[in-house]
Amino acid sequence: MNRIGLWGVLGTLALALIGGVFGFFVLPRTQDSSLSPWAAWCSALGITTQSFAVGPPATNSTASEITLTHELLGPPRPDDIGRGATLALQCSMCHGPTGISVANTPNLAGQYSTVIYKELRDFKSRARSNAIMNAMANTLTDEAMRQIAYYYASLPKLHEAHPLADAPDIVKWGAPSRNVAPCGSCHGDIDHILAGPWLAGEPGAYIRAQLVAFANGERSNDINGQMRAMARGLTAAEIEQTALYYAGNAK
Amino acid sequence: MIDARRLVLWHFWIACGAFVAALLLGEWQMVVRSPLHAWLENPEHYYRSVTEHGSIMGYVFPTLIAMGFGYAICELSLKQALVGLKWAWASLWLVVAGAAVASVTVASGRASVLYTFYPPLIGNAFYYIGIVLVVVGSWIWVALLAINLRAWRKQHPAEKVPLPMFANLAGALLWGWTAVGAAVEILFQILPVALGFKSQIDAGLARVLFSWTLHAIVYFWLMPAYIAYYTIVPRAIGARLYSDTMARLSFAMFLVFAMPIGIHHLFADPMVGSGIKIMHTLFTAMVAVPTFLTIFTIAASVELAGRLRGGQGLLGWLKALPWDNPAMLAIAFSFIMLGLGGAGGLINMSYQLDATIHNTQWITGHFHLIFGGAIVIMYFVIAYDLWPTLTGHEFASLSLLRTQLWLWFVGMLILTLPWHLAGLLGMPRRMAYYDYTTAVNAPTAWTVVVSVIGGALLVLSGVLFLYNLATARASQQSQPAYRFAEAAHEVDRVPLALNGFGVWFALMIALTLVNYGFPIWQLMQRQTSNVPAVYVGGAE
Repeated sequence: MNRIGLWGVLGTLALALIGGVFGFFVLPRTQDSSLSPWAAWCSALGITTQSFAVGPPATNSTASEITLTHELLGPPRPDDIGRGATLALQCSMCHGPTGISVANTPNLAGQYSTVIYKELRDFKSRARSNAIMNAMANTLTDEAMRQIAYYYASLPKLHEAHPLADAPDIVKWGAPSRNVAPCGSCHGDIDHILAGPWLAGEPGAYIRAQLVAFANGERSNDINGQMRAMARGLTAAEIEQTALYYAGNAK
Repeated sequence: MIDARRLVLWHFWIACGAFVAALLLGEWQMVVRSPLHAWLENPEHYYRSVTEHGSIMGYVFPTLIAMGFGYAICELSLKQALVGLKWAWASLWLVVAGAAVASVTVASGRASVLYTFYPPLIGNAFYYIGIVLVVVGSWIWVALLAINLRAWRKQHPAEKVPLPMFANLAGALLWGWTAVGAAVEILFQILPVALGFKSQIDAGLARVLFSWTLHAIVYFWLMPAYIAYYTIVPRAIGARLYSDTMARLSFAMFLVFAMPIGIHHLFADPMVGSGIKIMHTLFTAMVAVPTFLTIFTIAASVELAGRLRGGQGLLGWLKALPWDNPAMLAIAFSFIMLGLGGAGGLINMSYQLDATIHNTQWITGHFHLIFGGAIVIMYFVIAYDLWPTLTGHEFASLSLLRTQLWLWFVGMLILTLPWHLAGLLGMPRRMAYYDYTTAVNAPTAWTVVVSVIGGALLVLSGVLFLYNLATARASQQSQPAYRFAEAAHEVDRVPLALNGFGVWFALMIALTLVNYGFPIWQLMQRQTSNVPAVYVGGAE
């Protein structure tokens, strides 16, 4: 290594040293003069003493205790769907004998199994409140909830596709300037995501009630507040259009 | 004439074909998100196109140009047949196969994750496997260049390494090391999730690893352009390179400083400490040094040309320059775009100023101006300059070459200057459509329309570029032997440190450890940014 190489190495080292002194000691203590050199060094490295102590923000509601992953349920075992059908007899009074409701409760036929399972778990843990469903879910074991979910997922949907061409703007495009994503990008036809229920054919009254509940925070079992954030950005007219569209009564 | 000319030609043809296809996608994207077009019913189509455009323009096109040009430099500057020709062909087909696999996966809508991957978005595994094949193919090229130089050195123990080969190897070494970040991210983080072995991914760690690649990859794209500045342009305009030593020093500094600076892309990310960000800012600023060395050296070389042609006085030499020479036009255009883009870059790398333009259309405008403008216009020069040697053909009309370069320059400015403005007005990037009827977005509407016009000029220029290459016809006279620019003061020996990369390569790795070691270790330890994967394209 000759002179140029040596100067190159020394110069780079000096630069790193200057950067280190400024970045790790001088600037953190300029911003907060109460920091000890050690605390300044740690905070500049990204280690903050607080981050370990701070828990999730306090809320009045019970948080959902379920973490959704794609492996959560796995494929059904051979007798799961049959057992689920028997267990689901207790649901049929409101959700219909074939999972198609006539009572403004959600249709369950063809719904994704993860969606049904998550909602049952949330009803049981009180993360989602409903006088009837909390009581119904109270007695269900985890296995029973899985089997009910598999059973309803195995039934044919009321509507296999949304007629997206007729959809209102909020469903097709969302409201980009209000940070509202299109409903269809999570709830079917454009795309769907884990735990995003299939909405085609759901009763309008149900959709309307849920959007309002999300918007005013009465319902809070959505993951990371995603639906609350969407629903808060909706206008009353858009809620109405969405409800009518998914109920199949658009226009 | 060179032995490996078929090899080099294949690289250029495939690169240029893919380039024009991606150009069309880019213009389509500009149109559909402009006020001239109704909103896309399916935004996925937009992201699919963006992914394809980015994957070709970011990975396939510049890599093939760097590889083809690299092999040509190897033979032309070392004046020996390429060692490992079969391996070179194998690496080409590996890159092409990878590009094809990735493109088919993207085109089928299974991997609309953008070319920067953005975990926790997870697309179909074949997309990532395709990209890995491209990278592995290019690593063979890196090894071949090192092997060729070693073979030459055995034959010529006392000679200095020719400047073009020295610079060539700088680019190759830079790429070899910088690709490691994204390769680790794909192999150890993304693929296990895409293949279904895991359902969670540490998005914070993935972003840090990708930043390892993301900035230095720009310098890998830039290297062929800089090699053209130093070793093609001075000769093409009838001058000499002002200083061989400055050239070598610049390439050595690019190797060292281009690498450990990627975290300036993560200023808004919370998982990296502010001290680390300051270190990266400092070294990003250091890149200005080799950039200015280059600008002064090349400007001095160009001035030599002007004075040799009789230019007098303070600025008179400018008038005397050979402006009808495509290489002269291109270097002027390239420097203007580099100057504008570099000024924008100073804003991006400043911690506080970045906050005003972070994740806005400004950034997209910026990298199109630098890469699409300053760099790609020099790729055209490389192709035009090598073409007679590679094909034995010459261009029917230089005016079509000039027209093509003018169209590219004007088109790029019309495309990117309003694009920057849109970003300053707060228009976010990575969205498939914008509601121009709202008060917030209305002021940006005209800028996007202007950009559409600029994009159209670029498409014209791209097609004309292919036309120019394809219509070159057999020359009546035999081509003179290809030569690179000579230095104004040729010397027989150069300082040891500027005749090889040992110390600079070691310095680059050491700086990478200093600047990336802790954040990566910390994120791996704590896994605080571990999140469930978000599958796109129906994958689940």
